[in-house]
Amino acid sequence: MTATTTTAEEAIGAIRTGDTVMVGGFGLVGAPLTLIDALVEHSDATELTIVSNNIGEPGRGLGKLLRQGRIRRGISSYFTSNPEAVAAVNAGEIEATLVPQGTFAEAIRAAGAGIGGFFTPVGAGTLLADGKEERVIEGVRHVLEEPIRADVALVYAARADTLGNLWYRRTARNFNPLMATAATVTIAEAGEIVAAGELEAESVVTPHLYVDRLVAGA
Amino acid sequence: MSGDAKARIAARAALELRPGEVVNLGIGIPNLIPGYLGADANVVLHTENGLLGVGPRPDPDELDPDLIDAAKQPITALPGAAYFDSASSFAMIRGGHVDVAVLGALEVSGEGDIANWAVPGRDVLGVGGAMDLVVGARRVIVTMTARTSRGEPKVVAHCSYPLTAAAAADIVVTELSVFRRVDGRLHLTELLEGATLEEVGAVTTAPFVVALEESHVR
Repeated sequence: MTATTTTAEEAIGAIRTGDTVMVGGFGLVGAPLTLIDALVEHSDATELTIVSNNIGEPGRGLGKLLRQGRIRRGISSYFTSNPEAVAAVNAGEIEATLVPQGTFAEAIRAAGAGIGGFFTPVGAGTLLADGKEERVIEGVRHVLEEPIRADVALVYAARADTLGNLWYRRTARNFNPLMATAATVTIAEAGEIVAAGELEAESVVTPHLYVDRLVAGA
Repeated sequence: MSGDAKARIAARAALELRPGEVVNLGIGIPNLIPGYLGADANVVLHTENGLLGVGPRPDPDELDPDLIDAAKQPITALPGAAYFDSASSFAMIRGGHVDVAVLGALEVSGEGDIANWAVPGRDVLGVGGAMDLVVGARRVIVTMTARTSRGEPKVVAHCSYPLTAAAAADIVVTELSVFRRVDGRLHLTELLEGATLEEVGAVTTAPFVVALEESHVR
């Protein structure tokens, strides 16, 4: 399938109350800020589970959605970068699932690749592996990690073509290519949209079959 | 903690890095290490948010919003650098392709257990890539002061804080000394200039073997 080019407001109509939404970015770098703003301003969806490395910063990015009280649960490696998110967890307002960053990335990759989970030595014997299935592999204790998938993924790419092929710039790539593969509906915000054929085919990081909706962004 | 102690630790830890090694530097004292690497150090820096070949901090007119390190601080990329997504980055780490991880810690035990991500009752709700790094890097160097700001030992018999990983620290560098984990136990291999065995013993509650080697300080 190829992507449909649309507005941010129309695209985020895909997000319903109770959905799990993946959001790319490492902090605010590579975060789809135009799509997040549209979700904040033009959607009534609430009780959301957010899968993102961080829950934005205070009042910025996903931090805006947090202030609206629309996040029920966060799945992240680092809530600490938004003290308001930590406070909301401590107050019992949102549920937090803390995942080691490499496990977080791989679990998203696994979901997109049709893998039913994987064993990793990371976290074995720590609080974060409590209750997880274990196996000793090559003499090392491993824990089973299940895939992390979503209803909708919001990703950011510096450049897209009209088919939805994506190219990322520098460290703004981070989780975006993984999340683009792991959701039922993937919405890509692109800094620039060029004609099909204008991206060098060898430079395409996310092939267009992963992208459903394409939005011109910041 | 005085800046002097931090500088001393960073300078000593820098001597542990060998030419050609791929090194991941954590937040805090490890981030001071580049200032102590000689022009011929030839160490390749990896940052887990997706870059191999981290260069020096940029001048203000060179700032690129898409180019940050894992501490979310601006960086530059050296000629020959490579960018990749977060799953690839942690595959490098877990797969043993990153030679050294240098990171700070709250506590290290006599068996080399590391606690560096959570203090019960405090507003810390992040693990980031710490668990992946200490499990995956071929050599793990902990840089930390010998005592907390309240004077409590940090090289302890058993960690009281939640573990990052068991038996993971290969080398511990404080402002007083260097410990190496040999056959599962900490060995005191070096006293930093001016430090005495009595002084180290007084601030270390972990059992350790005294195995002083010739000083590495050139």
